[in-house]
Amino acid sequence: MKKFAAWILVLVLGASSTTAFGFPLKAVDTPNDKGNNVTLSWPAQPHPPEQWAVLRVEAGKTYAAIDTIGGELTSYTDETAKNGVPYQYRLAGLGAGGAGVFSEDSQPAVPEPSWFDTGKLNVFIVITLFLALVLYYIGQAQRGKQWSFRPIAGLAAIEEAIGRSTEMGKGVLYVPGVQDIDDIQTIASMIILGNVARMTAKYETPLMVPANSPAVYTVADEVVKGAYADVGRADAYRSDMVRYITSEQFAYVAAVNGMMLRERPAANLLLGAFFAESLLLAETGHETGAIQIAGTANVHQLPFFVVACDYTLIGEEYYAASAYLSKDAKLLGSLKASDTIKILLVLTIVAGCVLLTLGNHTLAEFFATQ
Amino acid sequence: MKREIPLLISMAAGIFVLIGFFVPHPAIRDIYDDIQGWVIIVVAFTYVLGMANLLRINTEQIQRRAKDWPYKLALVLSLIATMIVGFFFSRGSHYLDDGTGFSWIYLTFYSSMSSTMFSLLAFFIASAAFRAFRVRSVEALLLAVAALILMIGRVPIGNAIHPAIPQIADWLMEIPQNAAKRGILMGAALGVIATGFRVILGIERTYGEGGGT
Amino acid sequence: MSAFFANLRRLDRRWIFLTVGLLVVVPLLTGFHIAPVLPSARARGFYDAIEKVPPGSTVLLAGDYDPGTIAENYPMHLAVSRHLMRRNIKIIAVELYPGGPPLADQVLHIAGAEYKKREGYDYVNLGYKSGNEAVMSAMGSAGIPRTFPADRSGTPVGQIPVMKGIENFGQIAMIVSVSAGYPGTKEWVQQVVSRYHVPMVAGVTAVSAPEYYPYLQAGQLQGLLGGMAGAAEYEVLVKAPGLATRGMDAQSLAHIFIALMIILGNLAALPQRTPGAKK
Repeated sequence: MKKFAAWILVLVLGASSTTAFGFPLKAVDTPNDKGNNVTLSWPAQPHPPEQWAVLRVEAGKTYAAIDTIGGELTSYTDETAKNGVPYQYRLAGLGAGGAGVFSEDSQPAVPEPSWFDTGKLNVFIVITLFLALVLYYIGQAQRGKQWSFRPIAGLAAIEEAIGRSTEMGKGVLYVPGVQDIDDIQTIASMIILGNVARMTAKYETPLMVPANSPAVYTVADEVVKGAYADVGRADAYRSDMVRYITSEQFAYVAAVNGMMLRERPAANLLLGAFFAESLLLAETGHETGAIQIAGTANVHQLPFFVVACDYTLIGEEYYAASAYLSKDAKLLGSLKASDTIKILLVLTIVAGCVLLTLGNHTLAEFFATQ
Repeated sequence: MKREIPLLISMAAGIFVLIGFFVPHPAIRDIYDDIQGWVIIVVAFTYVLGMANLLRINTEQIQRRAKDWPYKLALVLSLIATMIVGFFFSRGSHYLDDGTGFSWIYLTFYSSMSSTMFSLLAFFIASAAFRAFRVRSVEALLLAVAALILMIGRVPIGNAIHPAIPQIADWLMEIPQNAAKRGILMGAALGVIATGFRVILGIERTYGEGGGT
Repeated sequence: MSAFFANLRRLDRRWIFLTVGLLVVVPLLTGFHIAPVLPSARARGFYDAIEKVPPGSTVLLAGDYDPGTIAENYPMHLAVSRHLMRRNIKIIAVELYPGGPPLADQVLHIAGAEYKKREGYDYVNLGYKSGNEAVMSAMGSAGIPRTFPADRSGTPVGQIPVMKGIENFGQIAMIVSVSAGYPGTKEWVQQVVSRYHVPMVAGVTAVSAPEYYPYLQAGQLQGLLGGMAGAAEYEVLVKAPGLATRGMDAQSLAHIFIALMIILGNLAALPQRTPGAKK
């Protein structure tokens, strides 16, 4: 009954234009959204009421309450507004300490959807710069420019491992990680698989690719088939080279370990996203005497691979693998772009640290993510 | 056209999704959300292909009595039994509820075996520590010393030996470890962006057109 | 001595496995106690953050793990449920792993029986929803009732008293994430904490805990439990020693053994000198 009376009082006083009002209320179109939102903000009150009633009015209509919020809040987002319609707002105090407490009427605010999220401007600038550098260096590569890159032992060892398997008459086991095809590490793994499959096709080395998801199986199968056709060995491709195992993490590991122990491949290539199963795979592979090359961007699994495998590709070395293995000029150009942007980012970090030390937060705040 | 069409599709989708990340307007964002829904639907269809492959390979090996064929038979029978129980004897969409046949299979078999596989890590870590943790360089020595401090510092006995051990372990994790990890993560993030650009721009043609150059 | 090193080099790893097995099983079975568990600053942060939540508030308890990481995540999940219920804080449980709901049910029922809390009135398990981050995002934009229209047993959320008034993260006092990996704590921080500024604490597996230190330092997480050690520290703080505390003695012995293996492995790899050989 008390609450009902309070609401009636609010509506009567809120609808009235002769009631005395207090603090300012700001209403703006919520920035960087898909529309239908208006954000209200107001200064903190020395004695806030128990609750606020949020009142809203459109042209030609009267104020109506749309929500009740806690008295301690100093902002609110109306998510029920219609795009293109101007709205005005007012706050009315409710409950203890709320009698007669009102805000001023806000200026009209018109919600509209935004075409660009300005909160992501920093990301946009870096991505645009990166893309520009990639296109620039690809252009340079097409004009014959060559760069030298530091040798990565793990990548050089891939061909050596496949050659070793061929000499021993054994196969190569390629494990593309445990994430699905939408993970960039799995995509990178498929790219490397294409290069590896071309080598195994050339050397006639048996290849086994256990896939952890049907989508990965589908893509890997096409990649291997295409790679074999590419080097003119379509006849050597067999449909059981790539097989779907299971999507369950430890069941997959158990199956792959079983393959290692039964088939005894001479080389294990563990390239992709791995989690807790990394050491299980690496240790079992070691027991079979296989040469093991691992690569992942999952930092917490790197120690296990470093300890248990012969070679480990760490983070960006793994993503650079396709460029290194194919030696394609355009891919190497993108690698050069990657190195250049890294230098620029390092310089930005140093500059930001110096500025922060001097008390200037501009650069740090610009690069802060949401 | 066999190569160009997939490249065009991946380029168009990639550029659209990239733009969609920056544009909240419903004209773009609604399609962006729809595309993500389409991905889920397409991936759902691949389960049919995956299942067919699984059954084909294993039944072929059972038929020709390949090595360890009884395990393959156990796999196929378990798969079929679980599917039958899940579809017909587990209250439809509430198949994971307590008391259903499917949840019994899941908890009794899969859950136990999954925990067992995970627990193997403890044994493998010990054998890997003995076999492979060789101090052959200064870096390897630093790694070994850090590992020893952290292993002792992370358990109650570390504090019982000396209170400084867990404090050093915490410092190692919070400062040098974090710094190195952030460096690796930043490099990896750039690698991710570069890989994404290569796929979107069609430069990385190994992926998507079956390995052709 | 050289014979010792020679034997060490030939050591069958099954002896190592057997020793690890005994070092883990014996303390668990006999209750052999080595050293007391001392809570770390991170566990204290976790505990203090929950102590600051006013009684009567509603907390979202995300149990994003499955039986694979039960040893690490289950004890912290149970301990936090006990802590929340002891403080008369209402719990809305969700899981983003298909294997999560039965574990969440178990944890809530055990804690509920201890603190005489009623399902539906003091806590509810909304169950599993596929979609990973999309689910988290939908809970904020479309709202929690629209994302989870019914609880795990099929009761519409409109008929569940504890869900009354809960629309989105605006009514959630805190998020408690118990996570095994993906989707989990990182996604909750990215999708929810950064957008809606809901306080959050997390309990994660030991191997992934270092990943979350930056979030702790940035203030996006108020507390962090890492692995079984973190769970044990938290159990000490809530004065409910359980599985994790018992496991710490076994873990202590196992860690010492692994440290010893590193040292012995390097000793075993020392080159041998045959008698009378010249340098």
